[in-house]
Order: sequence, then C-alpha cells, then structure tokens
Amino acid sequence: MSKPVLATTSLAGCFGCHMSILDIDERILTLIELVEFNKSPINDIKTFTKQCDIGLIEGGCCNSENVHVLRDFRKHCNILVSLGECAIMGGLPAMRNGILIKECFHEAYLNGPSTTANTGHIIPNDPELPCLLDKVYPCQEIVRIDYYLPGCPPRADLIWETLVSLISGKPAELPYEVIKFD
Amino acid sequence: MKTTVNKIIKKYKNDRYRLMDILLDIQEELGYIPEDLNQMIADELSISKVELDETISFYHFLTQKPLGEYTVYLNNSVTAGMMFREDVKKTFEEQSGVLFGNVSSDGLIGLFDTSCIGMSDQEPAAIINNVMFTNLTPFRVKEIVADMKEGKPVEEMHKQNFGGGKNSSDLIQAVVKNNIRRKGPVLWDPYEPGEGLRKSITMEPGDVIEEIKNSHLRGRGGAGFPTGLKWEFCNKSREKERYIFCNADEGEPGTFKDRVILTEMPKMVFEGMAIAGYAVGAKSGVVYIRYEYLYLRKYLENTLSELRKAKLLGRNIAGKNGFDFDIRIQYGAGAYICGEESALLESAEGKRGEPRDRPPFPVEKGFKGKPTIINNVETLAKVVKIIKKGSTWFTNLGTQESAGTKLLSISGDCRFPGVYEIEWGHSIYDILEMVGATDVQAVQVGGPSGILINPNQLPRKLGYEDLGTGGSLIIFHESRNLIREVVMNFTEFFIEESCGSCSTCRNTPFILKQKLEKILDGHGVVQDIDDLVEWSKNLKFSRCGLGHTAGNPIITSIQNFRHLYEKLVQRDRDYDTGFNLAESVKESCEASNRSTVV
Repeated sequence: MSKPVLATTSLAGCFGCHMSILDIDERILTLIELVEFNKSPINDIKTFTKQCDIGLIEGGCCNSENVHVLRDFRKHCNILVSLGECAIMGGLPAMRNGILIKECFHEAYLNGPSTTANTGHIIPNDPELPCLLDKVYPCQEIVRIDYYLPGCPPRADLIWETLVSLISGKPAELPYEVIKFD
Repeated sequence: MKTTVNKIIKKYKNDRYRLMDILLDIQEELGYIPEDLNQMIADELSISKVELDETISFYHFLTQKPLGEYTVYLNNSVTAGMMFREDVKKTFEEQSGVLFGNVSSDGLIGLFDTSCIGMSDQEPAAIINNVMFTNLTPFRVKEIVADMKEGKPVEEMHKQNFGGGKNSSDLIQAVVKNNIRRKGPVLWDPYEPGEGLRKSITMEPGDVIEEIKNSHLRGRGGAGFPTGLKWEFCNKSREKERYIFCNADEGEPGTFKDRVILTEMPKMVFEGMAIAGYAVGAKSGVVYIRYEYLYLRKYLENTLSELRKAKLLGRNIAGKNGFDFDIRIQYGAGAYICGEESALLESAEGKRGEPRDRPPFPVEKGFKGKPTIINNVETLAKVVKIIKKGSTWFTNLGTQESAGTKLLSISGDCRFPGVYEIEWGHSIYDILEMVGATDVQAVQVGGPSGILINPNQLPRKLGYEDLGTGGSLIIFHESRNLIREVVMNFTEFFIEESCGSCSTCRNTPFILKQKLEKILDGHGVVQDIDDLVEWSKNLKFSRCGLGHTAGNPIITSIQNFRHLYEKLVQRDRDYDTGFNLAESVKESCEASNRSTVV
C-alpha cells in the first residue's frame, strides 16, 4: 500500500505553525517514513502533482492568492486541517479587520514612519500582486475545513498526535493541556 | 460654559451618585456635554476621567458633540418598520439633505435611529428635542422639516390634537395617545389617592407584607417574582437604611403599558411605593424612568408636589407620626439594559448600566449597597388596590397560579392596538378576537426576549403556568416576512442594546446576524439552521437576562417556523460560506487604483 500523501501551506501566517511541525524533533524521521510529502514548503514542491490525503493549512486568507491556494488545497486534499489561531480565527493579521483598507494603505505606504523611501507616493498596484481582501478571513469562511488544531502555534505534540491518528485511523489522544491554554 | 456646568454640579452637591442628573442637565442646558470639560467634571465629583468617559459613552442619548439644533431620534422597532418607517426615514433624509447618523452641514438637523421608544401602538414615532411625534407620515415629515427650517420651536410644531386623557393636560401637552381599549377590574377600580396608604398604616408593617404575599402578586415587569417575598427578603436584612425603587424603564420593544399607567394614574404608583416604604421601613423612593418619557417629567414632578401637599408624601405622612417617605424621579439616558434591576441600580448611582453579579440580590445589597426593593410600575399600582380591597379579592381574579390581572401592550397587525387590562387565563386566541386581528401568521409574546408563537399555539393561555409575560404582544399578519422583518429586527436590537460586558452577548448576536444574512442572501445550507440554534446556547453563559434571551428571536422562530428557514436554504449543497472573491477585493482595488481582476 502506498504511503499517505501530505501537503502543507502557509497563507496569512508567520510560518510559526510550520516551525511547530519541525518541533516534533526526531519524530520527523518517523513522519518521513509514514507519509509522502507533496506540495509543501518543507520540500519546496510548488504545485500539486497528485491527489493528497491530508492538507495542513497555516494562516487565514488576507489576499486573493491565499484564496486561490486554499481552494486548490480543498480540491486536492481529502482531509483539510486548519493549523493554528490564524487559520481558525484570522489571528493577528485580522487586527486590520474593521479598519478601512484605504487607511491601511496610507499607513503602510504613504504616512507611516517607514515610508520615506517611497518618494513617488505609490500605493503598489502591479497586476502581478495579489489583491487584498476586504478583511482577513478564517479558512472555514472560504472552504469547508475538516479539523481544527488550536494554538499559536499548536503544540508539536498536538500536530504529531493528530497526524498519527489521521494516518492510522485511531482516535487521537489529546490531553487537556495540549489543546487548552487557560 | 464652565460656569453653567459648575452651577449644575453644585446644584447636586458634587455628588457622584447624581451623575446621571448632572449629565442630563448639562446636556439640556448646552445641547451636548463638551468633551474638554470631562476632566473638570470628573475632578469636581472626585471620580476618574475614565469613569466619566465610560459613563457618557454608555448611554444612547448622551452626546459629546452637538447633534443639531433639532435632533431627530426615529424609532426603529419592528412595528415602526411595519407602519412604513422606511418612507418616513427617506422623507426625513430628502427634506433635510442629510443621511441618518449625521448632522446637516449647517448644524440645523441631526437624524438618528433609536430603539423602541414605547409608542408601538402609534408608529412610526420619533423624539425631536425631547418632544414626542407619533403616527408620522411622509407628508407630516415634510411639514416638520419645513418648520425646522423656519426655526419654529418643536413645542409649536403640532398640527394634530393632543392625545386623550392626561396627555392633553397643560403639563404634558403631547400628541401621544393612551389607546386604553379595555379597562380592567384592578387598575380601573375607582380610586381616591391615599385610600390604600391610609388603610396600610392601620396595619402592622409585617401584616402589609403578609397581605401582599397572600395576594400572590407577582412582578409585572416580566420576570414574575413574587412581590411579597421580595419585600420580606428586604425586611429581613440587618441594614436599616432601605430604598424603594420603581422600575419605569420599560424598554422591551412592544411594551408601553407603564407609559399609560404613569400618564393616567401616577398617584397610584407613588402610593404603592409609599406602602412598600411603610412595609419595610424605607424612607426614600426613586422612580427610575426611561429618557424616552422625558415629556412626562413636569407632570410627574407636579404630581409628587400634589402628594406632598396632600400629606401623602414627606414627613409624618397620612397622619402617622414618624412615617416619613419621599420620592424623587431619576431619568435614564437611553439603555434597554437599565430595565434589568441591578443595571438600573448602577445607572441610578451614576455609572454605566452594567448588570451586577448576583447574589447578592438588590434586596440584600442594592442602591448604595443598601437593601432595595425594585418593583415594576404596574406591580406598585396593584399593591394599592390589593391593600384597599384585600388579597382574597385579588386572588379571586385570574387563575389558580396567576392571580389578578395583567395590563397588555398590544401592537402590530390588528384593528385596535393599545392597552388592555385582562384577567390572567385568556388564550392568545381570545386576545386576537379582542383586538380585531385576522389571518395571523405569528404573535410575539413578551417582546423580543419572549417567544414567537405560531397559529397552532393560539389556544395557549396567558399566565405563569403557560405564557408568563411582561405584557407585550406584537401581532404579525400572514403577509409579513417573519425572518427578514421580525427576527432580523429583534436580533439587531439585541446587538445595539448589549452592554458589552460579557463576550457571549457582545459577540454571539452579531455572529448570528451574519448567519441570518447569509441565509437571506440565498447562501444558507441546512447546517446553518442547526448552527443558529447551537450557537445561541452560548448566550446562556451571560451574566444577565438580556444576554440569556438575546438568542430567543432566532431560537423560537426556528422552533415554531422552521419551514420558513428551510425554504430559504439550498437543498443541493451542504457547504456554502457565501464568500465572494470579486466582491471582497473591490475595496482594495479601488483604494490602489487597479482593475478588479482576480
């Protein structure tokens, strides 16, 4: 039987959740034995080459490219998992929700303290650039998500336990302290 | 400006507990509360500026900037919507050249929305510079705006006759109608001011409480707590300084019966307070009344003076040596939540109207930490009749578990909206016959925090054994779009009126509204209906009744009208978020001046 295929991506996130994947330490050797990686920053495969079993999504959607990538993941992954606060709730990037985009642009490119180099007072509008969404969306407001792993970032043990149980089909053992932070 | 403010603060002896009065007086004097005086006011009252800021920002009718020489607050309750509020609103905007939520550039007219103002039987209604305008039509609005442009005082803008009863009296002069459709055997039993009080002082205070307990009178504000028991709890306290509060904050949309009682029989209410004062040994009473009823102020103040003159308030009243009791009127400033008794106390103490943690209950620690009885207007009026005619007379009315009568506020699709005093035990069907309602699709019993019942439930009976209610009944004809017009309006009401203290009540109604919108936009799936019910359960973890019931419009409409929701959701899809990429990038593409190719 062929190995389960895993894909991962980071949308509007900080890659902290991916760092947390690496935090499974030496178990990563076991993971490589257990699964085959497809599209993922871990192996730098840029496009899907086949249908995958599991997709891990870090980050919510802040721009049009995020939406395209997320929809692509939904299409190519049988099970989609939201990894971490940003994917589940929008996280820190969602702090801009409620502020007019115009104001955000002005602060970032025209009026903010770091804009002195922008002598032409340009708000970037190259067609190559993705368009910002009106607000930062959690993943489940774009596509259906099957599982949610909370945390900022989710603990390595939580990621490990979840992956193992998804692969083996056994129920995950998730003690309180792995999923609750109060 | 500073001297005016200083004078007002002096008038209230720099007492922080009178902050509401101070702020309302400043606003009446200056039109708004100038922000640059906040620090000074705070210093004078020995409170922090933040405390002052948070209090001012809490209340809908308190403002820190001028809102126009004429400030229009147009009611946006469900019944106003049913009586063509949109046309009235549009006409206001067209004629004044300013959109709602704004003040015209010349500073003449400000247009604002406001939650139910207690005129559901004569909508659409608006408050303009504290004067009530009811039954508005686009034609009437044109006249009003023309008058504003001429600079006419609002008091002189009336074209129609003043309303019936005391509404026409010199001290009220309002176009508000009483619409008393049915005079019942308790409130309208012939009454001479003082007769209840005089009888009570012939009894021992403990016997007065006993009599009220025997009458099985329960709170008429909606919660239905046994009145006598409340008095007894208060009486058991070790603290001797006690207060009697009359809750006249009726803010439940569709309720207006307390307005009618306060207009037609305020003496009875004040007398009820004095009897309560006698029963538990309290010396002062406070009537906490909603800002919307400011037009009754002069009249109510005058009524208190009359009672003082008649020795029914003040010192040694009703001829009883050592029985001192007086009442003052405390106005609120626009907050539904202040009808909740502990929030009411906070507000009366000059703070944000946020509910307290209970216990301790107000009967143990209430106003200024002292034992306090808080009774609804109607409850207190009934106390007088019970003392006068005896508890058996009262329990002979109504049903086994629900003694006496209830004053109903009936509005919506019927021929005779208004107030009806009926004995408990009538079915909703009886009521609909009484008010001339036909082809009824639904009835909202007890306001938005109550339940929406369907025609199969019309045989249900009013009373604590079945449908206990504060008395608001709103009737919806079969032609109404229940979800869009009714459930949505109620949900928006709860969003607007949450005090924001508990995250459950601050957030959940907002999230529920988004889901409702999604369903109404055709993006709903069956799961969304179940989500609405499940997510509403969060609200049970809120601190007060407002939070607990904020999901009721949705929960009860799904319970009783699930088919309406099912008609709106998609059958061929089981997941649809309603997300539209092209729509969501529009704003950023415009802001960066690029085409919206996604």
